[in-house]
Amino acid sequence: MATYGMLAEFAGAERLLEAARQTRAAGYSRIEAYSPMPVEDLAAAVGPFRDRIPMLTLIGGILGAVGGYFMQWYAATISYPINVGGRPLHSWPSFVPVTFETAVLGAALFAVFGMLALNRLPKLHHPLFNVPEFELASRNRFFLCIRCDDPRYQQQEVRRFFETLDPLLVREVPR
Amino acid sequence: MSNEVSVNYATVSDRIADLVLKRPSRWPWFVGFTLALLCSFAFFFACGWLFWKGPGIWGINIPVAWGYAISNFVWWIGIGHAGTFISAILLLLRQHWRTSINRFAEAMTLFAAGIAGIFPILHLGRPWFFYWLLPYPNVMELWPQWRSPLVWDIFAISTYLVVSLLFWYIGLIPDLATLRDRAKTRGRQIIYGLFALGWRGEARHWARHQSAYLLLAGIATPLVVSVHSVVSLDFAIGNTPGYHSTIFPPYFVAGALFSGFAMVLTLAIPLRHFFKLHDLITLEHLDNAAKVLLATGWLVAYGYFAEIFMGYYSADPFEIATVENRMTGPYAPIYWALIVCNVVVPQVLWQRRARRNVALLFGVAIVVNLGMWMERFMIVVSSLHRDYLPSSWDMFRPTGWDWTHLIGSIGMFAVLFLLFVRFLPAISIYEVREELHHRRMRHS
Repeated sequence: MATYGMLAEFAGAERLLEAARQTRAAGYSRIEAYSPMPVEDLAAAVGPFRDRIPMLTLIGGILGAVGGYFMQWYAATISYPINVGGRPLHSWPSFVPVTFETAVLGAALFAVFGMLALNRLPKLHHPLFNVPEFELASRNRFFLCIRCDDPRYQQQEVRRFFETLDPLLVREVPR
Repeated sequence: MSNEVSVNYATVSDRIADLVLKRPSRWPWFVGFTLALLCSFAFFFACGWLFWKGPGIWGINIPVAWGYAISNFVWWIGIGHAGTFISAILLLLRQHWRTSINRFAEAMTLFAAGIAGIFPILHLGRPWFFYWLLPYPNVMELWPQWRSPLVWDIFAISTYLVVSLLFWYIGLIPDLATLRDRAKTRGRQIIYGLFALGWRGEARHWARHQSAYLLLAGIATPLVVSVHSVVSLDFAIGNTPGYHSTIFPPYFVAGALFSGFAMVLTLAIPLRHFFKLHDLITLEHLDNAAKVLLATGWLVAYGYFAEIFMGYYSADPFEIATVENRMTGPYAPIYWALIVCNVVVPQVLWQRRARRNVALLFGVAIVVNLGMWMERFMIVVSSLHRDYLPSSWDMFRPTGWDWTHLIGSIGMFAVLFLLFVRFLPAISIYEVREELHHRRMRHS
């Protein structure tokens, strides 16, 4: 396939959100929307979206906490027990600060690297960067793309459909 | 931000990106950078001499084994806290005015915490063995001592550094994409492009990005409280009179926010002046930061009061002697100077006129920075120099190397900050755009 999809440019966030909803309503399913800042409800407008980041963060936090505590317990009671005046080896209150820090560290690492992995980033190149106008997506313009792997994708028809949405521009995205 | 019609997505993007791409204010930047670089060379030289000769080049000895290095550590780590407070806690509280100042406050956090982390290592005596604090597989089958606050400390500081870096970087990714797309030269396109990780601003990407950003803010909030609490436990767990106090964790955290906001103002006011950012960092922002400074100043004042009260309430003659020694002993001028700097001077900020007088505000911020350094010095040194045994009492007198390390570290901080404002957007571009977007939605 020589194309990635069809791209339409819009002037505002509300226009993009409206266009995304109309595109979904028209039966297209492989849609992507691009904006220079986060726009509420846009992710849900372009398709079914489930945010897995909170769950990943929780898992990271739990792993960090359990791992941190286990490390201290293992070190203090099994691997390297030191008897300090007969005090208990498993002295849990003094293990709390490190457990807290490793929990935070685990949660933060999972949140950030989970976000990058689910977004398939880093990516050195993407077909959209072949469209010169797309550089405004990080400045002040809003873009909607119907990918060519959409079952209903037909070049002329998609272009005609986009023209009905009153875009600033419609471009085919070469691969 | 002003209500001018000219403020829209394009103009804010171009203005902030051009601070990096077009590099205005070349000469002031260059002069400041040269001075800062000289100071940081002095710092490196002093570190080299320290590694060669040992900590004896400082004024520390027994009984005052903790001198400037530990004061500097506590001071720097505290300065970092305001950045996390602004970017995380104010984000959760939906304080929209944070948007113009969070990015450089986060950079301040990162650099201050990094410099802070150097000082305990310099202070180790055998700094090349600093990794003994970390759990790592070793042939001696040794583990760190988990019951020691010094071990908690290295976990707290290194976690804080990593989380601050991640928080700062994921906020930067969309702005790096803006720089990549606006850059005209190939080299910049490639470098900013690599660091932007291929960010395109897709709707689902934004949703995950915002989710991760908010969650990081949520976990950075207790983290920042834990960091200076753990730092305070380095002192409070010991039984030295003047250290052994339960007020220490909140007292240290309040002092951290206080000194951090002073540093935010110290950086924001010149940044605003030299880069002409008066419409992005408005008087409203400075006013709000000054109010936080005033409020945290009172928390710190409460800490001073609680220390005195608890000293007497304990009925312990050594605790009482420490309190009285602080106020009337050989270090009394420092104690009273810090009371003036941290408690008396900030009271001018009750007046709206003072909060909106930029030069005066800058002066107050500098005074608070100095006062907070003296507070750290007072806590570290005045408790140690006279403890239980009068026969072991002695004075701490800083040497030239003590001063070189302090001033050099300020120079190094300035170098890092000046490089940051030259190569990265000092104000979060996408968050300003988002703020404009929200404002439009509210209007329509």
